Amino acid sequence: MQITGAELFVKALLAEQVDTIFAYPGGQAIDLFNALYGVEEIKVVLPRHEQGLVHAADGYARSTGKVGVCLVTSGPGATNLVTGIATANYDSVPLVCFTGQVPTHLIGNDAFQEVDIVGITRSICKYAITVRKREDLASIIKKAFFIARSGKPGVVVVDLPKDIQQALGSDCYPDQVEVRGYKPNVNVHIGQIKKALALLKTARQPVFLIGGGVNIAHAQQEMTQLAEKTGIPVITTIMGKGALPTNHPLYVGNLGIHGSYAANTAISECDVLFSIGVRFNDRITGKVTEFAKKAAIIHVDIDPASISRNIVVDIPIVADAKNTIVALLEKTPNYDFADWKKQIDNWKTKYPLGNIYGAKSKVTPFSIVREINRVFEDAVITTDVGQNQLWTTQFLELTEKKQMLTSGGLGTMGYGLPAAIGAKIGNPDRDVIAICGDGGIQMNIQEMATAIVYELPIIICILNNGYLGNVRQWQEMFYKKRYSCTCLRYRKSCATFCNTPSASCPEYIPDFVRLAESYGAKAFRVQRPEDIKTTLEKAKGTKKVPTVIEFIIDPEENVLPIVPPGNSLSDMIMGGAGND
Amino acid sequence: MIKKRWISLLVENEIGVLSRISGLFSGKSYNLNSLTVGTTEDTTISRMTISLTSDDQTFEQIKKQLNRSVEVIKVIDFTDTAIHMKELMFVRVNNCSNEDMATLTYMRDVFSAKMIDYDTTAVLFECVQTEDRNNDFIRLMQSTFPNRIEIVRGGSVAIEAISISNR
Repeated sequence: MQITGAELFVKALLAEQVDTIFAYPGGQAIDLFNALYGVEEIKVVLPRHEQGLVHAADGYARSTGKVGVCLVTSGPGATNLVTGIATANYDSVPLVCFTGQVPTHLIGNDAFQEVDIVGITRSICKYAITVRKREDLASIIKKAFFIARSGKPGVVVVDLPKDIQQALGSDCYPDQVEVRGYKPNVNVHIGQIKKALALLKTARQPVFLIGGGVNIAHAQQEMTQLAEKTGIPVITTIMGKGALPTNHPLYVGNLGIHGSYAANTAISECDVLFSIGVRFNDRITGKVTEFAKKAAIIHVDIDPASISRNIVVDIPIVADAKNTIVALLEKTPNYDFADWKKQIDNWKTKYPLGNIYGAKSKVTPFSIVREINRVFEDAVITTDVGQNQLWTTQFLELTEKKQMLTSGGLGTMGYGLPAAIGAKIGNPDRDVIAICGDGGIQMNIQEMATAIVYELPIIICILNNGYLGNVRQWQEMFYKKRYSCTCLRYRKSCATFCNTPSASCPEYIPDFVRLAESYGAKAFRVQRPEDIKTTLEKAKGTKKVPTVIEFIIDPEENVLPIVPPGNSLSDMIMGGAGND
Repeated sequence: MIKKRWISLLVENEIGVLSRISGLFSGKSYNLNSLTVGTTEDTTISRMTISLTSDDQTFEQIKKQLNRSVEVIKVIDFTDTAIHMKELMFVRVNNCSNEDMATLTYMRDVFSAKMIDYDTTAVLFECVQTEDRNNDFIRLMQSTFPNRIEIVRGGSVAIEAISISNR
């Protein structure tokens, strides 16, 4: 049977078992929306901005394990996706982004709303292609989903010119596709496993370093078993957090420039570093030449290009994290690293993260996250980017039933709220909490409307310190307290140089409570520690509408410890009671 | 060790591939010396010959990054294998006197260049040589006929040797 390209597009989505897409219409996408209209199996979510749209699809994908699907129009619709595409691709989130395009005969003519989105996104996605012939449409969509979800997952951009959407052609959608240049290696080389185990046999102070790859492979259970069987302490990156429940006795903490003392010290002291699904990004290594200097390094990654890029490794294993962990579980003997674990436990007790923020009389980031830990059991927690994110990654407790979504690689402000919307759409029965700063929330605050119209009772926690706090902290610590452009209370009437926030500062714009209420959300402002828990509980019981909770925190609260730029991991500034 | 290296690349013959590959080099700050591309016996496949200068670790990373591109079918390292490699270059010399013409004839013979076009004042050579020999030819031309030469060169193409073992 002959059908239009747009009809084939819908058929393809159904064949790929897509039940939800995030979409914003426009002139060059009308045919696709027309074909989707009334298709009951596919829920079409209309956010308020394409950037919110792509982050929502990202949150949906991360929290459900399915491919997130975006549909936007050409030109500005497509360019508004760019930040979200880079965000998702950096964190290996499977997305397929369909962009409308001007008809093929107009491509290159500077037509209205024409951009070369394939050229723009080429370096920030896994694969991008313009469909130039109607007969290629089915195989390209099939290929797009295959590439997005397999191997190291990522973003695929499929650019659909309007005439292709309208052209009649075959209704056939293939079951399989062969991509000769793309053969992800998922199977484990047993020889390498044996080498790794032989190395472990000689170890006295080994650690596991676990990254996002273990969570992407859904290997949390197996990872926990492996830690228990081997008795090897587990350190995670922020993307790997949750691979082992954070209350597990073998869990040490996050490493990196805001990692815990115990984790960073253990990395510097270990003799075997068994890393799985990490890429040794500069945020976790500190000074590269000092990183895990005493250790022989084993590195498991599905992407060969991640191996020996930043840190030269001794035993590379190119494979899927889950397959590797399962193979290790089968072959590994029991070890005894009790003394080493005791040493790490001592470090943990000596410098616990939470103690740094011990104030009882104030609303502190630690007290907020601690209450979130207590109030919510089955939840997805998203973060924005900046101090709010770093505090969350430090203090949030994760169990098998809790998941954290954060923009780890690109560090995209504005991610938290739309990602929470996507997560709630994909997980209607779980609590979804967005932890944002007062800066980041304003980057996609228009998505409040989306949360209202789709009746999503998400809980948005705004940690308001009146500053772009993470940059302000750097200015305080490394730039002589010159607060250049980081104060969000700034008014035209303010002095040029100011680094002394006080009660006489101009009022904060906007009033988040009134703004939230104008959208139709519930809203609270919390200024007393005793209100944190009760307000969160109130929000938890709320149905159908989102709740915004604005927590007024100290303007100059810092994220500590911190490894100053250029230092080795073990050389960190701890801070202390003085922060209260 | 920093040295010159050669890669032969089999890629999908589709729009944007050249941009994808060259963009990878510029985006990741890899040093690219030359790149040639053309279709092969299979019209769906193009073959690129790339020359670059890098250290060992970066070169390993470059090969991996090329390999992970969906459009790349095969990466072949030509750095230390027996290959045949040639570069096409045209050299035009202007404002030649009769004396110059005599000199040019010597040069042509020594460098096995072909004189493919001519009038009483200008000469055009076609040189199909290794890149190094072409470099030598240019150097000599430039010192002998400063500001009078015009050069177009194509970048090298290479293929594995059959029986010949030296490069």
